[in-house]
Amino acid sequence: MDASAAKLIGAGLATIALAGVGVGIGNIFGSFVSGALRNPEAAPRVFGNVLLGFALTEAVALFALVIAFMILFVF
Amino acid sequence: MHSPMEQFEIKRLLDLRIGSLDASYTNSALWMTIAVILAALLFVYGMRQRALVPGRLQAVAELGYEFVASMVRDNVGNAGKKYFPFILTLFVFILFCNVLGLVPYSFTPTSHIIVTFSMAIVVFIGVTIIGFARHGLHFLEFFVPKGVPAWLLVILVPIEVISYFVRPFSLSIRLFANMLAGHTMLKVFGGFVVMLGILAGWAPLAFIVALTGLELIIAFLQAYVFTILTCLYLNDAIHMSH
Repeated sequence: MDASAAKLIGAGLATIALAGVGVGIGNIFGSFVSGALRNPEAAPRVFGNVLLGFALTEAVALFALVIAFMILFVF
Repeated sequence: MHSPMEQFEIKRLLDLRIGSLDASYTNSALWMTIAVILAALLFVYGMRQRALVPGRLQAVAELGYEFVASMVRDNVGNAGKKYFPFILTLFVFILFCNVLGLVPYSFTPTSHIIVTFSMAIVVFIGVTIIGFARHGLHFLEFFVPKGVPAWLLVILVPIEVISYFVRPFSLSIRLFANMLAGHTMLKVFGGFVVMLGILAGWAPLAFIVALTGLELIIAFLQAYVFTILTCLYLNDAIHMSH
């Protein structure tokens, strides 16, 4: 296998990280909705934390993106 | 067709070399200057009347000030008051860089890792110095979790040390990767509009409009995340929560 083909496969493999991130973001909003339905009054107070958790989880996906970019363009 | 990565290219606007050091004024520096000038204008010009009932600009300036002030108060407590000017500056600078980057044909300084990394390393070194200044060598106890059996410490202490030193990297890569990914995605969908032409190009165009709204939220959220993590690190150093 030549190097450029291996690069493309490697970049594709790097996106497997998205599986975990999908679980994470789904978990954050799922927990928020189920919590908000149980206690709607408390929902606005935790929404800031939900967005913070979302941003932190999304960043993990972007770490994978950076690795994919590094495989494709740097090496 | 232009590559979606072309927008991140740094161009020299004014050539300036000091010895072997390349100190040219680039488009990145230009947009950082614009961000600083606009932020200064907002706070100086907006607050010049000091009205009891704020006008529109003064309301925005007060809102930004109070937002960061409450963040510092809630996360660090009274001991954090000393560091509030630095944290407000950090927040406003990142916010203006991120939002100005969404203007078409502009440049996003925060989409370059060296910019975000230098901010993150300043935070990291500063926080470490504050920790040692406040607690002396007791600050090293930060790496030793309390109430853990001794045999587990052999594993936990290296993990704590590594996770402490990874902080500047995760802090900077989070901001830089968000900006890089968002702008690349906008450009890729812009390419779809051109490729699909006037018949089917409307669908990606509508998607770009929605994405721009999302990017605006992300621009704000990443500035918020960077600042709140700075507050949390500062809190760790001042109060040693472990």
